Amino acid sequence: MITIEKTSSEGFVIENVSRRNFLQGMLSASAFVLCVEKAPLLANAARNGAPIVGAPVVGMGSVPEIDATAFHPGVFLGIQPDGTVLIVAHRTEMGNGVRTSLPRIVADELDADWARVKVVQGDGDERYGSQDTDGSHSVREFFDTLREAGATARLMLIRAAAQQWGVAEGECVADPVHVVSHKTSKRTLGYGELASLAAKQPVPKKEELQLKSPSEWRYIGKPAPGYDVTDVCAGKPVFGMDVRVDGMLYAAIAHPPVLGGKVKSVDDAATLKVKGVKQTIPIAPFTPPHHFQPLGGVAVIADNTWSAFKGRKNLRIEWDNGANASYTSSEYKKQLQETARKPGKAVHTNGDPDAEFAKGGKIIEAEYYAPHLAHASMEPPVAVADVQADKVTVWSPTQNPQGVQEEVAKALGMKKEDVTCHVTFLGGGFGRKSKPDYAVEAAVLSKKTGKPVKVVWSREDDIKFDYYHSVAAMYIKAAVDDKGMPKAWVQRSVFPSISSTFDKDAIYGSAGEMSLGWNVIPFDVPNFRSENGPAVNHVRIGWLRSVANIYHAFAVQTFANELAYAAGRDPYDYLLALLGTGRMVDADQPKEVAGKYPYDTTRLRRVAEIAADKAGWGKKKSGKGWGMGMAVHRSFLTYVASVVEVEVDGTGAVTIPRVTTAVDAGIVANPDMVLSQFQGAAVFGTSIARTGEITATSGVIDQSNFNDYPVARMNDAPVHVDVHIVESSAPPAGVGEPGVPPMAPAICNAIYAATGKRVRELPLSRNGFA
Amino acid sequence: MVHLKVNGSAQTFDGDPEMPLLWYLRDILGLTGTKFGCGMALCGACTVLQNGKAVRSCQQPLGKLEGANITTIEGISAHGPHPVQKAWAEVNVPQCGYCQPGQIMQAVSLLSSRPHPSDQDIDDGMAGNICRCGTYQRIRAAIHEAAKETA
Repeated sequence: MITIEKTSSEGFVIENVSRRNFLQGMLSASAFVLCVEKAPLLANAARNGAPIVGAPVVGMGSVPEIDATAFHPGVFLGIQPDGTVLIVAHRTEMGNGVRTSLPRIVADELDADWARVKVVQGDGDERYGSQDTDGSHSVREFFDTLREAGATARLMLIRAAAQQWGVAEGECVADPVHVVSHKTSKRTLGYGELASLAAKQPVPKKEELQLKSPSEWRYIGKPAPGYDVTDVCAGKPVFGMDVRVDGMLYAAIAHPPVLGGKVKSVDDAATLKVKGVKQTIPIAPFTPPHHFQPLGGVAVIADNTWSAFKGRKNLRIEWDNGANASYTSSEYKKQLQETARKPGKAVHTNGDPDAEFAKGGKIIEAEYYAPHLAHASMEPPVAVADVQADKVTVWSPTQNPQGVQEEVAKALGMKKEDVTCHVTFLGGGFGRKSKPDYAVEAAVLSKKTGKPVKVVWSREDDIKFDYYHSVAAMYIKAAVDDKGMPKAWVQRSVFPSISSTFDKDAIYGSAGEMSLGWNVIPFDVPNFRSENGPAVNHVRIGWLRSVANIYHAFAVQTFANELAYAAGRDPYDYLLALLGTGRMVDADQPKEVAGKYPYDTTRLRRVAEIAADKAGWGKKKSGKGWGMGMAVHRSFLTYVASVVEVEVDGTGAVTIPRVTTAVDAGIVANPDMVLSQFQGAAVFGTSIARTGEITATSGVIDQSNFNDYPVARMNDAPVHVDVHIVESSAPPAGVGEPGVPPMAPAICNAIYAATGKRVRELPLSRNGFA
Repeated sequence: MVHLKVNGSAQTFDGDPEMPLLWYLRDILGLTGTKFGCGMALCGACTVLQNGKAVRSCQQPLGKLEGANITTIEGISAHGPHPVQKAWAEVNVPQCGYCQPGQIMQAVSLLSSRPHPSDQDIDDGMAGNICRCGTYQRIRAAIHEAAKETA
């Protein structure tokens, strides 16, 4: 029997769906299953930032007739008669820790015993709203909803116990964990024993819920190891690369070397002679814009991965490279730099910078440049699809399971509902795996072969056919007063936009990209304008961990450091002076965001102070091959300051003995996971600064593997990354990405302190450093 | 026909002798704990033990493995977690976890030749294993931890 309760007109709907078929086979018939639906506060805000800020949201379960155009965060939890609590992780696990942090929020308000919680990974389903796990908002968007879900279930368990005992609800408490106790008689009933009775309780209204005060939290804010850590260390979790389906074929695809290229002719004779190769299949080129369509090319189908790779090597293909064969990075760079020198489109203006510049005086200007980057997650793109007459099943390491459903359905002319997407573990994502092109390839090939097909990208495919982080040229100028403080500041950035992936005519940065560290600066400058200039894309552009913040923070935080030296001041003291005493910055945030997450420079100043203090700023004199550098940046609503210490030897070899980072991310769900994210971000940022560079010659990407696209290894990563989390009662903000942007400028500022050599173009390997 | 031992059990293989051990383990034997990362011995995700020493399985063609004794991540924990795995969990090393089987196998090999490695030994011994999530600091700590355990 299904009971459905709708409790309020405020968009908050909880349904008791105990008899629904969700988790069928996993839950016994008498299990208690609860689904919470809640209209999101910030859904529209996230949409305005599109497509970078993936839409919020969660989901799980079979909840019918929910308006597909709205966002409906929700979460399922189930309690088995044996007391096992099932909690769905609706977001993708890729090292971000969501399979631990999200369920623990539910478990906390439920007063569940964490040892008896089983985490279930959610499939893709539009009825849950978007599940796109990027934009650092898993905890931030779902914190309240998940707490309410847990609290709702707890109250229903308490009411079930009260009913069983025939006592007042107020005499019952959920204490200790996993048990409801009667205060006076000391009787207890376990959650499992109460499951079937709880399932019959009406769903309480939101105002009946009693959320815990932070001092009562069991799990939130307490460090916890990863839910899957033991399995991971045993090599047990199934990553996309590890999926095996009966009768599965393996495919490797020869993609057009240049974006938009087409096959002119194919000779597959040598390929078909390779043991294990079954056939070759052409894949049609995409129709612009490329969006998440397959790139086209020729697929080699085999009965194992190795044979598919070997067969592909033996293909002889003549390509029509098309218009993008004109793309050569060195030429393109000059165009971007030229554009950045000319006035662009105003993005945000305060005061009248032109009038201030017209007054003359001391003007300081600089140009910055940062190249394309590839994601290079350790697991290259991979997917398995099984296309049958009326349904499709996809197993994919995806950050965006509903994107998989949509794109696969579109490619096959089917309905999205007919596509099931199982989300595997991800061997890293960093934004690459939000784009489902590789799952579409698997589906297209499964349809053509009539068998399940696993498409495996090699590392070379991954590096050569990525959705690249954008290349950017930036220009900044400031008019400074006699103390060296800026009176006017104009900054201009030029880069091929992510929008070009969705709109072939898009040549300007989106509002979302502008909001990532460019539309405003945290500095107290009375006359300010940010601008953006046009650029045409020649490769697929995508979002990569912290996105446009990377190049924007590099330019702004390096320029601030240049101003400090020009003023003859200590860079940290000068940075504090630039930040001023603390104020709210009008950052063009959507109203819903601005209300909950105002841009408060006091918090940025505080992390700067903590990082400087913990790093021992100023205790040792920079120079002679040793130096400290600092950068501050707010991204994904989190305030970060990083101090980097470098040593540079006579050959230009750079080592990074220590990074000291201070983070104010509001309330944090799992501090140890936050430490991990920031430790990892310091390494990721080091890779960007040291060697991160993708270039093209005649449209063909020059790099191919970790030999020519090196990423930081243990011996060139920062040796120690000390992370200090600011205790805060502010709403949770992002933690997966915000550690990245300050790294490149902090490293470069440290190198300047150590050597006097200013780095205005990334990576360091372009500047005589190694 | 190639004869080899994988995690203690005898195997024979009569396919393409060029097939790397990596793909034999993964696609033929179904031992997917050993990962594919680069195919060029640049990242270490495919690290296994060959006669007790770490090798990159993506660069070991089956044709050259007659008589080899191979141990994979599945093989070191047949009787409960290996001390290195315990240390890894203790320090909560993994983020995405994809490279960790390779890191762990490399660390097992390192500790077998240097039971009490210095930081420098660890950096030198582990530099061939990439972790894109950046867990290096914790890997270093976990290896020191494991070294205590096995002392």
